[in-house]
Amino acid sequence: MNTPFRAPGHGRVDRDTALSFTFDGTAYTGHPGDTLASALLANSVHHVADGIKYGRPRGILAAGAEEPNALVQIEAPFPEPMLTATTLELYDGLVARGLSGQGKLAAEPDTARYDTMHAHCDLLVVGAGPAGLAAALAAARTGARVVLVDELPEPGGSLLGSQELIDGAPALTWVDEVLTELADNPDVQVLSRTTAFGHYDDGLVLALEKRTDHLGAAAPAHVSRQRIWRIRSRQIVYATGAYERPVAFDNNDRPGIMLAGSARTYLNRFGVLPGSRAVVFTTNDSAYPAALELADAGVRIAAVVDVREEVPEHWRTACAERGIGIRAGHVVTGTSGIEHVTRAHVAPFDQGNLGERQGVDCDLLLVSGGWNPAVALFSQARGTLRYDAGIGAFVPADGPGNVRTAGAAGGTFTLSGCLTDGVDAARQALSAIGRTGPETAPPATAPLPGGAPTRVLWRVPSPQDADDSPEGAVQFVDLQRDATVSDVLRATGAGLRSVEHVKRYTTIGTAHDQGRTSGVMTSGIVAEALGVDVADLGTTRFRPPAVPVSFAALAGRNRGELFDPVRVTAIHPWHVEHGALFENVGQWKRPWYYPRAGETMEEAVLRECRAARTGVAMMDGSTLGKINVQGPDSGVLLDRLYTNLMSTLKVGRVRYGVMCGADGMAIDDGTVIRVAEQEFLLTTTTGNAAKVLEWMEEWLQTEWPDLRVHLTSVTEHWVTIPLVGPRSRDVLALVAPDLDVDNDAFPFMSWQDTSVAGVAARVCRISFSGELAYEINVPAWYGITVWEALCAAGSGFGLTTYGTETMHVLRAEKAYPIIGQDTDGTVTPQDLGMSWVVSKKKPDFVGKRSFSRAENRREDRKQLVGLLPADERVLLPEGAQIIATSDIPEPPVPMLGHVTSSYRSDALRRTFALALVRSGTRRIGETLYVPLDGRAVPVTVTDPVLFDKEGARRDG
Amino acid sequence: MQLITCPWCGDREEIEFHYGGQAHIAYPEDPYALDDEQWAQYVFFRDNPKGPFAERWVHSAGCRRWFNAVRDTVTHEVLAVYQAGAERPAITSTAKGQEASR
Repeated sequence: MNTPFRAPGHGRVDRDTALSFTFDGTAYTGHPGDTLASALLANSVHHVADGIKYGRPRGILAAGAEEPNALVQIEAPFPEPMLTATTLELYDGLVARGLSGQGKLAAEPDTARYDTMHAHCDLLVVGAGPAGLAAALAAARTGARVVLVDELPEPGGSLLGSQELIDGAPALTWVDEVLTELADNPDVQVLSRTTAFGHYDDGLVLALEKRTDHLGAAAPAHVSRQRIWRIRSRQIVYATGAYERPVAFDNNDRPGIMLAGSARTYLNRFGVLPGSRAVVFTTNDSAYPAALELADAGVRIAAVVDVREEVPEHWRTACAERGIGIRAGHVVTGTSGIEHVTRAHVAPFDQGNLGERQGVDCDLLLVSGGWNPAVALFSQARGTLRYDAGIGAFVPADGPGNVRTAGAAGGTFTLSGCLTDGVDAARQALSAIGRTGPETAPPATAPLPGGAPTRVLWRVPSPQDADDSPEGAVQFVDLQRDATVSDVLRATGAGLRSVEHVKRYTTIGTAHDQGRTSGVMTSGIVAEALGVDVADLGTTRFRPPAVPVSFAALAGRNRGELFDPVRVTAIHPWHVEHGALFENVGQWKRPWYYPRAGETMEEAVLRECRAARTGVAMMDGSTLGKINVQGPDSGVLLDRLYTNLMSTLKVGRVRYGVMCGADGMAIDDGTVIRVAEQEFLLTTTTGNAAKVLEWMEEWLQTEWPDLRVHLTSVTEHWVTIPLVGPRSRDVLALVAPDLDVDNDAFPFMSWQDTSVAGVAARVCRISFSGELAYEINVPAWYGITVWEALCAAGSGFGLTTYGTETMHVLRAEKAYPIIGQDTDGTVTPQDLGMSWVVSKKKPDFVGKRSFSRAENRREDRKQLVGLLPADERVLLPEGAQIIATSDIPEPPVPMLGHVTSSYRSDALRRTFALALVRSGTRRIGETLYVPLDGRAVPVTVTDPVLFDKEGARRDG
Repeated sequence: MQLITCPWCGDREEIEFHYGGQAHIAYPEDPYALDDEQWAQYVFFRDNPKGPFAERWVHSAGCRRWFNAVRDTVTHEVLAVYQAGAERPAITSTAKGQEASR
């Protein structure tokens, strides 16, 4: 199979196999080894997309990751937006379309797998071109562990797109030999289709391996589609090559305008002729091999336009032999053609002045403005750059001791230089980690004819007779962002002096390609406009990721249920079986409420509340944080961390406590039981358990290491079941026959070890509802057994299970605060109306000194109060603001505080709320207002305790 | 993702650790001998240098031990780790490169 634009005898595609694909609705064929871009060019499709801002036709500028234009969206076999046609490997059945800048995310879920691998090595080499291969080989021969990553489907880098010789044979023969040797070395890993996209702190390099994308629908489901490699290497060599730089001139964005080196790649790697009649516009020697190789493959070279007056003799001779005319000291000033370039406008260029223009017909305009080393990763590694005026580009200067560049990435553009550089970089890297071994000599290359230096040219001035549009209005700098020279000049005209600011003003360099073809050019144009040295101006900073990476790849296996651990209690299966709805509390799944058939949440919660206040109810409280405190100084530690006295607690008793930060603000609360003379067990808020343990360890380890105390988390060891309500004593008596449940024998805030349903249990008289209540603790293994035994024992009393919502209503009716809901880190125990929990006797504890700070003694601090809406059916939203007047004034509205908790109460037969209100305690009895849906809802400020203030219910 | 060397467990990824702010800030001997401003200095004010900074870290997802580290706030490089209570090692400037710090 052949097409007019396939060059016989060139390229590495498999022409015996045809791949069918569809682009913009038309069916084409290509071959294995093609990219979408090469297959389109082979089919003479040049217009692949339209510019995002002006809708101008756009073609294919490059052959790799630097492509700014040819963005496509894959429609089938699986939708994926924003890929460059130049890096998209062709497969059978591909359906794609060109994108005008913005893609569309798939509506259906992605069923592919993504995963992550870790790699550790002595030397990481990024880039498998001549320098990278030479480095990897030299390192491997010393026995070092080497990882070599390369973005292309096969190693070789620039050698795939050239006709150069190594050791007298085609360069790819040497590549094959190197790969064979590396493959035989068990300490070397070569990863193709793998792009290193970020260099992070501590030298962690992340790379994206595309494992099955190139297989299309044939990709096996059990193989991850993409994999993130997390590579930790002692030394790193970035052999990332260089990107060719275009030159800005009028209408430099038309399809058919291509980088010269990319055209060479299309010929040599893909066997594709990107046109039939070409003009080559260059500022340096590198475009000549492209012109000659294309000419030899059958492309008519209409002219080589070289801005330099002096062209090396051997290029002149080689061109003359092929009948190619060189126009030295000339530039391309513009182009004709809408859908495709039809003519290049060529003029003499002397001392910045354009001479008379002449049109040269062509369907391909190749451009080379020199080469920019690919320094993104080196720069991310905090390597500094310096401007090299000889090549008009930024090259690596100083890097961290474990990072080097080699080859074109370091500004070395000859093959022999790259090979030597690779070997040297490997040797330096290994010597830095004290590893030595046999020296590897770089292979031989053909002697180089003398060259002439690059003439640095950022842009060609617009011809004088061009229309009256602003200077550079159709000279495109960033093709993807449709940003022009005129945009850059507007930025500098507006007073911007930094390339970072120009970048943000013009959006140049912010597209998927990260300004690979536009960044340095922008620095050059800005420097010219400001009359400063580009070396002083510098370039924009590089940040990861260097290439677009999908969130799916970054997430890897950590999605769905594996995204974050889900913690469930030992009784969880029972809750599921009995229809509980769940609430996320930290990582825990907690039963929220247990609706009966046809019941709304409101009805269910009112029913559960009624059961707890009038009969008996129980909940699963196992998620409470539990910390075991042991050691002779346990009491001393707790005295210093809780606001109240804990060391005086007697074995068998329970005390409620609050912990504050050094700033005096409440950070957690819970109960403390004294298990033994030298052992306490304390509980924390569910979501705060880890934080409280860390807090206690912090003080113990850093301030009071002399205290003999050990702390252990025992949260998951215990199942905790609050059994609540006036009939709870009756139920407990049935399951705990050895326990004297009489109030005198087992008073409030005491605990006893006994047997519950035949299981060793610790029962505490603790109430978080104000009702007679027991907290039954059993080892987690027996949780379900005891729970079910309680269900059975309670059935005669109408035992009801309740969830967190009911727990919240019950505790709020009693004004028991939830730290983190009713507080926000600016609330003291006194603000919560809990001065009683703050010891006056203790000489000091964490937070005490702050209580006497002037700020903490202000009378207008926000204090916890109750709010009763005048309309007892109105449920205030939590977080609602509170104001003083019934008219909502113009902003800024003076706000007195906010609603922290708000519920419907069965016991009060109305709605109620808790709130933090400025001078709240003094305002009890006042009417305040809560703006709600445009009206101010009147509320009465009350004492926070709205139910059973005298505590008559706690003993049953 | 940085590696931090826990003095007890060795090199571990930074997500295993929690940051504890500036090191070598002792709880005042007698808080009640301080006026409000002096006390506020202890509670609220910390240094924020550019360069080496002695900090407290805790290996939360590991051995749960607190320790001190000197970290360069510009490069994030951890220049030294040492046990809580030990003297701060004399490090005044950033050693360049990873190998130098190991």
